[in-house]
Amino acid sequence: MMLRVCAMLVAVACLLGASAIDGFDFSNPGLADRYRVLLSELRCPKCLNESLASSGAPIARDLRRTVRRLLEEGATDDEVRVYLQERYGDFVLYDPEFRMTNWPLWVVPPVLLLIAVVVVARVGVLRRRVPLTKREREQVARLLDDDR
Amino acid sequence: MNRARLFIPMAVFAVLACFLFLGFTLRDPHELPSALIDRPFPDFDLPILGKPGARATRADLVGQRRLVNVWATWCPTCLAEHGELSRIANETGLSVIGINYKDDPSEASRWLARHGDPYDYNIVDVSGDFGVEIGVYGAPETFLVDAEGTIRYKRVGDVNEDIWREELQPAIAALEALR
Repeated sequence: MMLRVCAMLVAVACLLGASAIDGFDFSNPGLADRYRVLLSELRCPKCLNESLASSGAPIARDLRRTVRRLLEEGATDDEVRVYLQERYGDFVLYDPEFRMTNWPLWVVPPVLLLIAVVVVARVGVLRRRVPLTKREREQVARLLDDDR
Repeated sequence: MNRARLFIPMAVFAVLACFLFLGFTLRDPHELPSALIDRPFPDFDLPILGKPGARATRADLVGQRRLVNVWATWCPTCLAEHGELSRIANETGLSVIGINYKDDPSEASRWLARHGDPYDYNIVDVSGDFGVEIGVYGAPETFLVDAEGTIRYKRVGDVNEDIWREELQPAIAALEALR
């Protein structure tokens, strides 16, 4: 029971945290939506795996303010991404572009998947039941008879 | 032949384990490769600490090779590296500019009075907006900026004797060789 209450309190606290980023009132309601989407796909540079939207780190707050300012100045979503990427590197993008330096990031997962598919398919082939020939059936019958 | 194949999963596991081990130990995941190396130090126009009304701009920065050190009184590592920064400023004559980052300026002045002031001057960034401009995500951070105002090296974390000897000095020597 206590555990449930605690879990609910945590959930409520999370909701409060999530709504904290909506506190900004934008001059144009369309901006608020873009702001929310951008924050969820930008990563806080200090916190390894938290988006700008969910992080409570001071640097995340500064970057949220920066994103908001850029949007108000009329920047496109891409311009905001590039602005942060130029300063903090690919790390801040949860969805980085394909480049020579990060090709393993993009290539390795599909290749592993391909290998897995091949392995599974081959195992499937090996295990497929092939009906016994007449001779084999007789052999089996003989062997089983021997046991009796 | 078939016997050997039984070892394939173990080999795959060993390779994976090696990668994960290296990934977890070789590199501090908190340390980001700086995106600003070989790019111009950004424009700024910010107040100077302890000099009411005075402002510094990028033009004041260029013309000379400098260390630009981001620090704050709330940052214990900044205090830890203060001795080494002071030594560098005193012994090598390298110009060190401070960026007092998200701090209380009057407290910063007191801090410098207490611990010594190796900085030519300090730029005040109370909001942290200029910090975002130069990709700061935690103090201390130290940039090596060449005479043209291009960022040549960045250190996230304290500048200590080892960093000076193994990273900063070679970076400065490389600049020297370019000239």
